[in-house]
Amino acid sequence: MKKNIFLIVVLLGVACVLPFLVSNYRTFQLTLVLVYAIALLGLNILTGYSGQISLGHGAFYALGAYCAAILMDKAGLPYWATLPAAGAVCFVAGFLFGLPALRLEGLYLALATFALGVAMPQLLKYHHLEKWTGGVQGIVIPKPEAPFGLPLNADQWLYFFTLAVMLAMFLLGWNLLRGRVGRALTAIRDHAIAAEAMGVHNALYKSTAFGVSALYTGVAGALGAIAVQFVAPDSFNIFLSIVFLVGIVVGGLASISGALYGALFIQFVPNIADEISKAAPWAVFGIFMIGFVYLMPTGVAGAVRLLLARRKSP
Amino acid sequence: MDAFLHQVLAGLATGGIYASLALALVMIYQATHLVNFAQGEMAMFATYLAWSLLNAGVPYWPAFLLTIGIAFVGGILIERVVVRPVENSPVLAIVVVFIALLVILNSVAGWIYTYTLKSFPSPFPEQSSFKFMSPHEIGAIGITLVVLAALYAFFRFTPLGLAMRAAAQNPESARLVGIRVGWMLALGWGLAAAIGAVAGMMVAPIVYLDPNMMGGVLLYAFAAALVGGIDSPGGAVFGGFLVGVLENVLGAFVIGNELKLSVALILIIGVLLVKPSGFFGKVHVTRV
Repeated sequence: MKKNIFLIVVLLGVACVLPFLVSNYRTFQLTLVLVYAIALLGLNILTGYSGQISLGHGAFYALGAYCAAILMDKAGLPYWATLPAAGAVCFVAGFLFGLPALRLEGLYLALATFALGVAMPQLLKYHHLEKWTGGVQGIVIPKPEAPFGLPLNADQWLYFFTLAVMLAMFLLGWNLLRGRVGRALTAIRDHAIAAEAMGVHNALYKSTAFGVSALYTGVAGALGAIAVQFVAPDSFNIFLSIVFLVGIVVGGLASISGALYGALFIQFVPNIADEISKAAPWAVFGIFMIGFVYLMPTGVAGAVRLLLARRKSP
Repeated sequence: MDAFLHQVLAGLATGGIYASLALALVMIYQATHLVNFAQGEMAMFATYLAWSLLNAGVPYWPAFLLTIGIAFVGGILIERVVVRPVENSPVLAIVVVFIALLVILNSVAGWIYTYTLKSFPSPFPEQSSFKFMSPHEIGAIGITLVVLAALYAFFRFTPLGLAMRAAAQNPESARLVGIRVGWMLALGWGLAAAIGAVAGMMVAPIVYLDPNMMGGVLLYAFAAALVGGIDSPGGAVFGGFLVGVLENVLGAFVIGNELKLSVALILIIGVLLVKPSGFFGKVHVTRV
């Protein structure tokens, strides 16, 4: 345990120094890694821990992003105030979507969420909502500057802001998952009927898991919108949802640190693969997905765990 | 009234295409109890192959049959190589593999053929004497019905069809009487891929050929399969026509064209909530 805390402190130190060493563009990319990490933790709470497959989490990400953009653009709210609002809206939306999802298991839930992910861009383009959403054009939002006269440029400030939010969300997630709630969710995943017999309120836990998961993804979406400074319907298509799925499969299902590995993977691997061909990132994603399912079902996090365990007991 | 009739008939034509793809989904579901998310992309890829054949100067109908053959073999290969190793894995692993197949086929098609739209010819004449439907629409319905009849005959009257049904219904007993269940599943995948290829070649003249052309069609096919009952081939065809008509009529008169995909979303969630077995599906009871 002591070793773990030491490791986390070192990682945090590195994370704090990093934006001063690299270019602004790299800092922006690192910000996105943190954003994705929050989204992946959200999806992992649902799919990894409680075993409900979602192929439509891009929709909740989109909802969070649009909440932030609309509140900043129309209501003139400061950027930091949009995060709780986006989280709350997504929690409610996720909880409500989770209620019918209670009756759907495995494949059927995957189907329903897949449909949600495919239909989302069309819903965002709907012309009666254009007044708020900006239709196909989307919304452009201004970049926040560092407050209190801190000696940081806008990219660096946003990075540290996102880092702080991420740490808070991870701490909350860790507290949630290591205790009673996490055990209940895992019990439902592994054997729903047995869990029910042990006194776990399946319906409540499952729909709350959906809500919390959507909340995480929505906050990530809001942060992502602020970082990219732009939202438009077509950036939230079904492939975004699939990217999140790739992230949790590669990072490691039912693992908190896995969210970070997955986020690094989905941010940087496409950049590398892009140099081969425009289509290459997806081929690489697909091959990695199959490869991980076959060879490393616990993902990078599982492999790291295994390596550490081996070193401890020679 | 004329406009309404026109929308209904046009809906029947696209419905035929949804029905074919839904039939392919049901095919795989019956054999393996899996929903193949890559079905649309498999069909898209087969359609690109047909396009290559046509460009190489092969006449339409030979190219049509050849594509079906290639898709059949391709479907078997995919089952043997990619799906078989995860056959008994948790649902999540299987879904991930299907999604992986989807993105791989999509990106490989984009890689080889680029993302620009291509027009795909229709085998049917340009002009028709019937004012409500284009010849391609009539042809698409006709071909769907032919495929359906052929499949029905295959499963009803041939020993191989019987063996496949047996393998799907009761794998253990089927194995005991000497049916090679594994190969029957592969055959099911092959047939599904072939049916999907037909659907792809029928839809391509309408939506144009591009790597993402099947996204919406697949969603409607899911809706169709669920409405009809995911384990009922006849139901899938009925569902396909129904979804096609609903989509067109609602799109034209009620909610507008921009929300058409949401019709599928609402249908899928609605059916799953109200009657998960669909109109013609079997109700499954699980014992603790």
